[in-house]
Amino acid sequence: MNTIYQPAIHFHNIDYEIDGHKILQQITGSFPTGYITTLVGPSGAGKTTLLKLCNGLISPTAGEIYINDKPINTIDPVLLRRHVGIALQSAPMIKGTVYTNLSLPKKLQGISLSREEAISFLEDVGLDQSFLDQDAMDLSGGQRQRVSIARTLVNKSDILLLDEITSALDQNSVKEVENLIVKINKKYNVTIIWITHNLEQAIHIGHYTWVMMDGRVIETGESTFLKLPTKELVRQFVQGGLA
Amino acid sequence: MSFTTLSLTLLFVFIPLILSKTLHLGLEKDTIIATLRSIIQLLAVGYILKFIFESDSLLYILLMIVLMVVAATLNARKKGANIKGITWKVAITLITVEIIVQSILLGFEIVPATAQYIIPISGMAIGNSMVLAILFLNRFQGELDSHKDETELILSLGGTPKQAIHHQLITAIKASMIPTIESQKTIGLVQLPGMMSGQIIAGADPVQAVQFQLMVLFMLLTSAAVSSSILGFLSYPTLFNDRMQMLKEKF
Repeated sequence: MNTIYQPAIHFHNIDYEIDGHKILQQITGSFPTGYITTLVGPSGAGKTTLLKLCNGLISPTAGEIYINDKPINTIDPVLLRRHVGIALQSAPMIKGTVYTNLSLPKKLQGISLSREEAISFLEDVGLDQSFLDQDAMDLSGGQRQRVSIARTLVNKSDILLLDEITSALDQNSVKEVENLIVKINKKYNVTIIWITHNLEQAIHIGHYTWVMMDGRVIETGESTFLKLPTKELVRQFVQGGLA
Repeated sequence: MSFTTLSLTLLFVFIPLILSKTLHLGLEKDTIIATLRSIIQLLAVGYILKFIFESDSLLYILLMIVLMVVAATLNARKKGANIKGITWKVAITLITVEIIVQSILLGFEIVPATAQYIIPISGMAIGNSMVLAILFLNRFQGELDSHKDETELILSLGGTPKQAIHHQLITAIKASMIPTIESQKTIGLVQLPGMMSGQIIAGADPVQAVQFQLMVLFMLLTSAAVSSSILGFLSYPTLFNDRMQMLKEKF
């Protein structure tokens, strides 16, 4: 990475373990402000754990995380999570309608989301207003993911963490969501960190990419390095991944 | 009733013993142990109560209530083993219920301030509160397990632990109170309550027995509501750390 950038999130020697099992080891690096960084790697590499650390849902066992140069543990957890939004892979829905789910981030702050605003967020993710009063439990996997993305957008976070948000979508919908995320990134200068299993997507959408394996960062750089990886481990992963 | 007459009621124990033996239920040993324990425990309590009633000492009344609270706490805490400080949380709950109940009953002179009234009423309030605590803890743990994703979602969106756990807490509180409310709807229609039946058998005026029973029923409603609410609001903060993160071992 030759460009000089301001880190939105910086990791310094991060370890994370559960019951003595090391999930992340010696993670050091930064996600640059205003760019899209894609995270790729096999299942169990620690990608989701890394995102949850950024949102403060968990804390590292060792090391320091900085959000806009501030140590993460000095930031109020509620403010941190509004500032660093996350769309979880499982796209969980709370009981109620799509509107109930979309208005949840505002409700947690004691304010309401107008139906017009809710419709606008729905349209951003390619769903029309007829979904607004539908029971969230009746949505298909793809629809749930879209509503989950829309719900994350409601907080208008400066940093967005996206955990495989297009995995349950059809090809057309994937394109729509990709375009939306690129638009949000460009228009509002939102920093995006996006976990994906789709390497073409990682190259196409990401400005930068991290390759993770077994809880370690193997290689980072401008996403195009995935086309011609220099490290043997990354080459093996890319060949397997593209197959 | 004399002890000779009472011994005749052991026929009610022989019938299940014979049935258990004939049908190979394998419950003979448990039936005998249960019978012996109930005889020893109740007779012991009977003699202790007789002693306390005759002495009418405030110290003995308090000791008896403490004993009830300790026994109920030790029983109920088993269901909340993963909640930090569950023992004192249950104890605070039971003591609060006891204080509220006795403050109203004695404060408004609804019952005389004597051991004969204070101890049985305390037993009913604390016992009911213990059952409610067990029901609440059981349901609350179930709700936590089945709504883990929802809890994490609300935290991830900037919600507080209280907001993240609100639905599970309210569901568990409601669920633990429902049996008390439902049983009161059919009371008198399906069965006569034990205390009322006891008073009638002992020769009390049925209307007065009903009045006392209603007093107990109303008291049990308070006991149910207060127990599950206090225990719920004391318990949920221990499920999170000071960074508002779900403690892994609790979910």
